[in-house]
Amino acid sequence: MNELVQIQRKPSGKVEPIAPERREFLKNCLLASPFLVAIVRVAAQQTEGAANGEYRPEDHFYGMGIDISKCIGCGRCADACKTENDVPRDPRYFRTWIERYIITTEDETTVSSPNGGIDGFPPAVSEKGILRTFFVPKLCNQCANPPCVQVCPVGATFQTRDGVVLVDEDYCIGCGYCIQACPYGARFLHPVTHTAEKCTFCYHRVVNGKIPACVEVCPTGARIFGDMRSMASPLTRFRRFNEITVLKPQLNTQPKVYYANLDGEVS
Amino acid sequence: MPQQVVRLGIVVLILGAALVTARTYLIPETFGRLGHYRAVALDANASRPMVYAGREDCGVCHTEQAEKFSVARHQTLSCEVCHGAAAAHIESPSEHKPPAPRDRGYCPLCHGYNPSRPTGFPQIDSDTHNPGQPCITCHDPHAPEPPNVPQDCSACHGEIARTKAFSNHASLECTQCHQVNERHKVEPRASLPTKPKAREFCGGCHGVGASSPAEIRRVDLDSHWPRYVCWQCHYSHYPEVQ
Repeated sequence: MNELVQIQRKPSGKVEPIAPERREFLKNCLLASPFLVAIVRVAAQQTEGAANGEYRPEDHFYGMGIDISKCIGCGRCADACKTENDVPRDPRYFRTWIERYIITTEDETTVSSPNGGIDGFPPAVSEKGILRTFFVPKLCNQCANPPCVQVCPVGATFQTRDGVVLVDEDYCIGCGYCIQACPYGARFLHPVTHTAEKCTFCYHRVVNGKIPACVEVCPTGARIFGDMRSMASPLTRFRRFNEITVLKPQLNTQPKVYYANLDGEVS
Repeated sequence: MPQQVVRLGIVVLILGAALVTARTYLIPETFGRLGHYRAVALDANASRPMVYAGREDCGVCHTEQAEKFSVARHQTLSCEVCHGAAAAHIESPSEHKPPAPRDRGYCPLCHGYNPSRPTGFPQIDSDTHNPGQPCITCHDPHAPEPPNVPQDCSACHGEIARTKAFSNHASLECTQCHQVNERHKVEPRASLPTKPKAREFCGGCHGVGASSPAEIRRVDLDSHWPRYVCWQCHYSHYPEVQ
């Protein structure tokens, strides 16, 4: 026994120095420890955030559905939008508006939108017979491939991680390129701030768990808002059970406003 | 080191320093954190005040109305459709009173007759439907049942009734061609009236061998577009239209 102990000890009685590989390993551990702590912290924060009901944009991807066969053209959406977002009441500025299509028996199409439909529509009159007529609510299509964002020279308009195209009104220089670039005519220059304005899907409501004002007030449920990341979302159901069209698909803007029962005449 | 290389190096250094300084001062602090934009713009957009409260919040205090409303035919509506944006009312209920539209102009925004509206949506002609009376004298907007079961079809189908009135079919009752369940009068879309299914139905008057008065136009059912039901081409409420 004594012999054995003596063999393990150095003759001088000093403790054997740590092997170089072991030293390297311990050093690496020490270096990595701040990163490990950071990773654990971030993970903890994330679970905590989700548990607290804190809003996490990467968990959502928003879109809107519009059922043309349910729209009665009452204009409550356009009115509510102006109230909610403080849009000028002037009939040239709209974030959302309703168009009425009248297609005559001679295949002439007339589109009208008196004050965006807020005051209602006059009776449909045409000297030629009316073949079909219907309402089409319009708004920013929140494109997944937005031309307005591409052309902005200063990066004042952008797409958020939850799929909404927004304007940074403190950074916008009001050049109007985005208004020209939008194929849907969904943008305008605010007459007071002289910056670009558009539908935000009521981003301030959505991040607080509410739905956009236009969807809130739509009396017939023609407008549907939802999160496409979730299967249990009214929009996902809407997109499963309807034949869906988007406006101007040939432009490859990949709109996130989905129309059901849309007439081919609409562009 | 050759002198020209040193000089060039100095120039490159100065340019580099200028670039770094310019970037620091010209590019906003949060630009590029999330993408090619200022990350603070997200907060600016998200922190705008809400003006519409949402229907869930109304029911917290107005439980009775909310309960009544939840089963009524207006159940898909939000309170704020008629009463206006109410976030301010929730903040200070006594200071901000939501308005209630009582004049005749408001309800026809949805229920006034307009051919562009989808078929079957309840519509009235504001000029002929009890003119001068506010809608709420007869209809409870929170539970809008028809106050009396409509006596005739023209109460709702005024446009058709007026068209038919000066057509060749003026003398025909609606029930001549449509079988209507009583339920249709109170729940229009739950029980739709029938339409004639066979050509022989119209042929009863318009067929070559029919025993109807001679001035009624006749058609040979066997040779006249045999694959179609008559009303697929002829508008029965105004049959003489081409």
